[in-house]
Amino acid sequence: MSVTAFLTDSTLCIGCKACEVACKEWNNVAEDGMDWTGFSYDNTGAVGHSTWRHVKFVEHTPEPGYGGNASELNSWAFSSDVCKHCENAGCLEACPTGAIVRTEFGGVYVQPDICNGCAYCVVSCPFGVIERNPADGRAFKCTFCYDRQKAGLVPACAKACPTESIKFGEIESLKVRAKERVGELHARGMQDATLYDSSHTSVGGTHAMFIVRGDPRSYNLPPKPEIPTIYARKAWTASAMGAALLLGGAVVAFLSDRERSGR
Amino acid sequence: MMIGRDTFIPAGRTPDAESEQRLAAIRQEAELRGEVRSDGIRPAGAPFPTASPETGYYGLPLLKEPAWTWEIPLYFFVGGAAGSAAVIGAIADYTGAARKLVRDARWIAAAGVVISPVLLILDLGKPSRFLNMLRVFKPQSPMSVGVWTLMGFSGGASAAALAGFLRDRYGSSLAIRFVEQTGQTIALLFGLPFSNYTGVLIGATAIPVWNLNAGELPIHFGASGLGAAVGILELAGHQDSRALQILGTGAALAESFEGMRIESRTEEGLNPLKKGFSGMIVRTGGLLSGPVPLALRMVSMAMGPKTSGKLRRFAAVSSVIGSLITRIGWIHAGHVSARDWRLPLQISPPNNESNSRDSSG
Repeated sequence: MSVTAFLTDSTLCIGCKACEVACKEWNNVAEDGMDWTGFSYDNTGAVGHSTWRHVKFVEHTPEPGYGGNASELNSWAFSSDVCKHCENAGCLEACPTGAIVRTEFGGVYVQPDICNGCAYCVVSCPFGVIERNPADGRAFKCTFCYDRQKAGLVPACAKACPTESIKFGEIESLKVRAKERVGELHARGMQDATLYDSSHTSVGGTHAMFIVRGDPRSYNLPPKPEIPTIYARKAWTASAMGAALLLGGAVVAFLSDRERSGR
Repeated sequence: MMIGRDTFIPAGRTPDAESEQRLAAIRQEAELRGEVRSDGIRPAGAPFPTASPETGYYGLPLLKEPAWTWEIPLYFFVGGAAGSAAVIGAIADYTGAARKLVRDARWIAAAGVVISPVLLILDLGKPSRFLNMLRVFKPQSPMSVGVWTLMGFSGGASAAALAGFLRDRYGSSLAIRFVEQTGQTIALLFGLPFSNYTGVLIGATAIPVWNLNAGELPIHFGASGLGAAVGILELAGHQDSRALQILGTGAALAESFEGMRIESRTEEGLNPLKKGFSGMIVRTGGLLSGPVPLALRMVSMAMGPKTSGKLRRFAAVSSVIGSLITRIGWIHAGHVSARDWRLPLQISPPNNESNSRDSSG
């Protein structure tokens, strides 16, 4: 089976939330309450343990043509967010039980029958995706529809997307398509269209790519996500130094004590 | 002119010049600024909610906050003290120090071995699955390395304490001495990393305030654990041990340096260690672990035995409480840091102008 990826093109997204609904229905994810954020039409906020796809409503000050609105109205862009399925995944490296694995499709999958809810993956995700479900106790995130992919089907969100804003396919060909699409948008005058790319960081690229207009930071996409494993060498070196200091200190302290008491 | 929540509001009011003027002023403010703010009424970003490189995604946090509960900082404290106590006990035994000191240190380590897994298991979302931690060993996961360190340490420390107890009670035999010495060596070898690996555990994460200190946290937590172990031993009646005084002074000195290091650095990401409630906890823990016991120990060295013992007990109490507060403070700072959406998006903090605009509402 080939290695797959998502390409989410926000310039095609109409904010219908079909992906969210399809994801919840297929994966049987619990509802997350009727709460209002109060500052945006986005009342979900972020991906989490009960939201594996999340449509961001990025509202800009009026800008003609941006989001297709009238010139005096707020400009809207939508973007369907999802677990990035990092090439070097912080959650996977951190997981002490081996519950989080890399699948044959390149995705990062949490085996629910192994996860013991230690929550170390939660603080190890540079994209703030995986979360512990307080009621259940285990950590959950997008499965990359591992079950559907095994059956040779596309993930539920990609299948339900009416505008093909969510594209799914073999990763290398999707990368080519992404580049072509950005070039096409530039040719149409959307000079601010960019492909969000984290392959230059320690994350080493993702299996969820995003085409957005403007600064990716307004979509809560970090400019420099890093896998926490890169801090481990420094930390273990300090740990070894601390251990040496403790051992040396104890030896010196007790030897000097013995000399004084003349034993 | 604001009417407080608890003020009695009469059912009817007679309009007067002042009331109408106030309504006109509200309207004018709306016209001028596009929004009106008041107590309990704050239309964030109104009238046009915008997402931009300056505001991120409505200022929603990118990172998730740690999901750990109260057991984890307590475990950091217990583990740090137990690991250091095992090292103290083993070295005391090898150098021929008083048997009672060796025994007490071993019991502290053994007590930590009993408490630590309980705390860890309580924090798990699925406590019945604690053993899943033992189905793999992953060197790249500090949590996995830590759990296996705890396992090795548990075996060594409990064997040393039990065998030592049996030897004291029923007399020595070759088998008992073998178990005691082997257990003690294992407890020493695993106790060294166990005393400070929790610094690696939180240092190698995506939380900015933690990973910014990845190179210092293990030494900081190690010194904190040593201060606590020395403190507990002194309170257990070893306030005359010169070796413990040296170790306690060393730990307090290291903690004072750590405090100075944090206070002298100015990165924005370190603010949770200095500002707000989390800053208050970290600073309190720092003072009680560093300068306070350091000063008390310095003075105690110049005093007679009676006053000296008293001062050292004060220093011991300060170090033990300081160590616990330090762990709570660092976890709390991690929560504050995760909520700061600016750091991972590399967005500079607002300038003074927007600050004054916020506070004027």
